[in-house]
Amino acid sequence: MLKRFVNLRSLSFVIAALLLIALPAALSDFQISLLGRFLSYAIVALGLDLLWGYTGMLSLGQGLFFGLGAYCFGMFLNLEAAAGKMPEFMGLYGVTELPFFWRPFYSPVFAIAAAIIVPMILATVIGFMLFRSRIQGVYFSIITQALTAIVALLLVAQQKLINGTNGITEMTSVFGNKLGEHNTTVGLYLATVIVLGFVYLGCRLLVKSRFGRLLVAIRDDENRVRFMGYNTVVVKTFVFAISAGIAGLAGVLLVPQVGIISPKQIDIVASIEIVIWVAVGGRGTLIGAIIGAVLVNTGKSVISSSNSDIWQLIMGLLFVGVVLLFPKGLVGSVKDGYERLKPLWNKSYVPHTTPEPAIEPEAS
Amino acid sequence: MAGYIMDVKNVTVSFDGFKVLNDLNFSINHGELRFLIGPNGAGKSTLLDIMTGKTRPNKGKVTFDDRVNVTRVTEHQLVREGIGRKFQTPTVFASLSVYDNFEAAIGFKTSIHKLGTPLSGEQRDKIDEAMEITGLTDRRDVLAGTLSHGQKQWLEIGMLLVQEPKLILLDEPVAGMTRRERDRTGELLHRIMPGRSILVVEHDMVFVRQFASCVTVLHMGSVLCEGPVEQVQNDPQVIEVYIGRSKAKVA
Repeated sequence: MLKRFVNLRSLSFVIAALLLIALPAALSDFQISLLGRFLSYAIVALGLDLLWGYTGMLSLGQGLFFGLGAYCFGMFLNLEAAAGKMPEFMGLYGVTELPFFWRPFYSPVFAIAAAIIVPMILATVIGFMLFRSRIQGVYFSIITQALTAIVALLLVAQQKLINGTNGITEMTSVFGNKLGEHNTTVGLYLATVIVLGFVYLGCRLLVKSRFGRLLVAIRDDENRVRFMGYNTVVVKTFVFAISAGIAGLAGVLLVPQVGIISPKQIDIVASIEIVIWVAVGGRGTLIGAIIGAVLVNTGKSVISSSNSDIWQLIMGLLFVGVVLLFPKGLVGSVKDGYERLKPLWNKSYVPHTTPEPAIEPEAS
Repeated sequence: MAGYIMDVKNVTVSFDGFKVLNDLNFSINHGELRFLIGPNGAGKSTLLDIMTGKTRPNKGKVTFDDRVNVTRVTEHQLVREGIGRKFQTPTVFASLSVYDNFEAAIGFKTSIHKLGTPLSGEQRDKIDEAMEITGLTDRRDVLAGTLSHGQKQWLEIGMLLVQEPKLILLDEPVAGMTRRERDRTGELLHRIMPGRSILVVEHDMVFVRQFASCVTVLHMGSVLCEGPVEQVQNDPQVIEVYIGRSKAKVA
């Protein structure tokens, strides 16, 4: 029975993967690039789900890690577009020599590695300090949010070095393939699908292992885990770093698909949106994070293309509605509904409760 | 002087000037089953907090097994040294199965990069044994949150067992239990005794009389009296401060 269930699961994984790979044949370039973007959002959502859904730590700073990854790869793309010269914006502000920290970004390997490692290092340092001081719950959320705001402000202030509010926009090609062309769009989309698949499998391995159950234990009662002999500081820092690295990797995939990265994409609203994707899809289920990211963003792009102002309102309502009515999100609610409806068509199904023992009359 | 599994010397703990523990001296021998009683606010739970590193004393020395300076070691490290504690309210991981709770407990010394690997056969045997002792074998795959109150307490004791601590601290293990459950818990205590020391904090005098040999009475943050149950019960001081108020119940 269990074996059949596992097979069913891997079968649906393969079908979903094949479907995603075959999809470009049926969609326009514009739709492919949109879907590619949403799938890179889904990768960030997976990282947040590990942190929030499984370990119970609500980070409002995932947008920061996502953005840092995007900046790292954006700098590489900018240098590629500049073709040996200085990035154009620097000339406008009178910078004549490439700043030292830009130089390593000529190398794509360095840029991608930095996009993953820089967020991980930041998360490790911050996480270790916060968790060691036993900062949990809402305080953790607030501090990660404040941190996001600080970094966004810092980036805005650095007009000469990384073009401040405007962000990095000079991007024409990636690895020699012109952005916007059919083959490049499909290539980026497929790269995103493949990375998403690997990140999903990696997360799945993690949450299905003993380590994953330890994460749930920390969510249930961190104090107890500590008094069971685990160093929860290390475990939490580790998960935080992993989710930050995943967000950074997603940033790498996003930036060539949108062609811009600016501080606006790092701000608080962006981080909260990530939380909404996971909440809508269903936290604590990996597939929920993916579905939530794709659905909410599809809704956003459909609605805001007709009336752009109303989307924020709808998203707010959506979030409140989900939290109040479906705290388990879409996938969690569907699972619950399935469990409840099961007996209707499966007569042999026996609910998991043992009958109450008959109360014996007290002898008086 | 050697020979104590836990030695608490001249410990003072004060919260906002109020001395919860006042120059307290207390020690447990190797292989001993000791009961700790005392009226509310006597400092029983604080004493356990001191022994597990949850609270740090303002003054005094706490030594475990003649070598570990308890006041300087982090909580999880103390557990790894061999001090296991069951908290007052049952705290099991509600969204994990009974087996997974045991699994989490037994992996406490595993370093983080090895937590991806399954348990060894030896560890699985140990879990089976602990489930057997605590009578949870047939509840193996049930979510721990759905267990009865008594079963949760036993699960917690079982989780301590698989960690093989040298010293087990139990905070009110029979609170809220039916008489039958209480008797089972007492038997369980004697069953897990060999090879370790156990300290039980308990209010339930019936339970104490039934299973205790040596009792320490705590009052106002100091040890008031210590000895066999009968002696303690008849100590005029104890009757005065503690049992006197509910003499009828005790006698």
